[in-house]
Amino acid sequence: MAIAYTSREQIEVYRFGMPVAVVVPLLALFLQAFIPLRLHFFSIFDLPLLVTIFFAVARRSQVSGLLNGGVIGLLQDSLTHQPIGLFGIAKTVVGYGASSLGVKLDVENSGSRFLVTFGFYLVHQLVYFAVGRGMVGLTLNWRWGHMLAAAFANAVLAIPLFSLLDRFKQRS
Amino acid sequence: MENLLTRHRNVTILVVVLFAEVIGLAVQVKRTTDSDSTRLIRVWTVSVLTPFEKGFVEAHTGVRDLWRNYFYLRGVRNQNRELQEEIARLRLERVRLNEDAAQARRLQLLLGFKEQYISQTMAAQVIGSSGSDVSRLVYIDKGSSQGIKQDMPVITAAGLVGRVLQVFPYSSQVLLINDASSGLGAILEKSRSQGVLKGSAAGETILEKVTGDEQVEAGETVLTSGGDRIFPKGLRIGTVSKVSPGQDFFLNIRVKPAADLSSLEEVLVITRVEEKAPVSEPGRPVRASDILSARLPSVPPKATTASPKTSKVAPSLPVGAPKVRKAALPADAVSGVPALVNNLPKEPVGLVPPRVTIPKDATADRTYIAPDTTVVLGREKQPAHTAKTLPDSGASPVSSSPVKPASKNKPTADTTKPKSPLTQPPDQDKPQ
Repeated sequence: MAIAYTSREQIEVYRFGMPVAVVVPLLALFLQAFIPLRLHFFSIFDLPLLVTIFFAVARRSQVSGLLNGGVIGLLQDSLTHQPIGLFGIAKTVVGYGASSLGVKLDVENSGSRFLVTFGFYLVHQLVYFAVGRGMVGLTLNWRWGHMLAAAFANAVLAIPLFSLLDRFKQRS
Repeated sequence: MENLLTRHRNVTILVVVLFAEVIGLAVQVKRTTDSDSTRLIRVWTVSVLTPFEKGFVEAHTGVRDLWRNYFYLRGVRNQNRELQEEIARLRLERVRLNEDAAQARRLQLLLGFKEQYISQTMAAQVIGSSGSDVSRLVYIDKGSSQGIKQDMPVITAAGLVGRVLQVFPYSSQVLLINDASSGLGAILEKSRSQGVLKGSAAGETILEKVTGDEQVEAGETVLTSGGDRIFPKGLRIGTVSKVSPGQDFFLNIRVKPAADLSSLEEVLVITRVEEKAPVSEPGRPVRASDILSARLPSVPPKATTASPKTSKVAPSLPVGAPKVRKAALPADAVSGVPALVNNLPKEPVGLVPPRVTIPKDATADRTYIAPDTTVVLGREKQPAHTAKTLPDSGASPVSSSPVKPASKNKPTADTTKPKSPLTQPPDQDKPQ
């Protein structure tokens, strides 16, 4: 569970092939839209968010992280009936934050991945709630119990998912 | 300045990207209607994802059907027996409901009501969702190329699902009734109180704007009221699950949707709704009591020479027996119910007398018709003065009825003429 501080020289920066960089986010969007039809409880997960965090942490590039998060968020917005940009803004912030954290911390082990995902899920929801309610005027309720449970569930799912996605990493 | 931006390049890019997204969001929020500016990105995303979703759904359905229809047949025999029993029960129920429906149609006809008919639906497969709890919608595999249009109601056999929100070429977005932005006119079945059914952020459906003095109980059915001009009136929404006091003297009524919104597979899109006046179907039995109650508020005068003895005549016709255009009783021959003759609808009416009690040796002006007499709407027209009573010979489908002519002197029914209209336009002969 320890999160080790690392220097820039110690950390490894990974890159991903173009097919992986394109297909994995699209696959996450597809599964996020498809699985809740059969397993309703799955809507508590946010696969696009997990993919955003994974790519941001692995690449350790803030620009790449925020752009990747922004694009994934906008695509996720386009599947809803809400104005486009709510998920985009939230995931842009998360992408930037996760890549910034990845530069400073070693987030390769399961414990750190759990904590990072747990924290960034709450950040994501907080930004979404603030923008959605404050700017767009959506009817949103902040339910602490639901938020914490969802954050925990996503953090748990992140561990095997990140391990799976580790296979696509290429050392730069 | 340039040095500062270069030194904080990443933060600068973050601010620029966020600023662009906020501006884009603000533009959309400012427009009250659905903005076309964002339609392109939605179309792209949906066009990329829906083919995969369709493929997965079709594959899943194929495998499931193969399993259910060819391999997993355990318990089918028992299920078949149970279904047969249910069919028999439903047949009986259908007969009763047909009668009720026919009666409702007649009354609506009399009152000049117009009904909405769902004249065309289109079956569609649910292929996707938004994947988010903040946007409760599903995607269906039918779009504008199949004739789907915005705001078309979507239902299942169980009840209302929602309405079409956005239409793409080969798919459509359906907003569920439990979404926070959804709203529709609803009415409680028993108390007939109207309200607005809204979704909540938590995915509940709540009936609002029902005043606190209304008697609403848990379990009561909630239907569409038709007031929103989107959903036809009378569609089943769900049942009341909890009633609690709300704000400003209104009740807070939670409704459990009849359709299982969390596991939708197939839905029906109502593609055409027609509005027309109800039409009485020729040949359908019409109860004379209905016409009497609608047309005759007055109490019939007492018969002066009626014999105390009465005879039961004309037992019920067998089901499906030919219609008897009968009992074209002239006004002067039916003293008790002159308006029956004179005020019947323009459409010809004949009598099928299941049980008509007529006094023995009754004269025409003492003849009356029992309240449970059945009237069959016919097509033929004859002069209304062709007086007829109930049949008394084998020449008529009701030949077994031992009916005697009401009087030798008075006009009596011609039992040998089955085609005997008894109607005249209501404006010709007013009730006396």
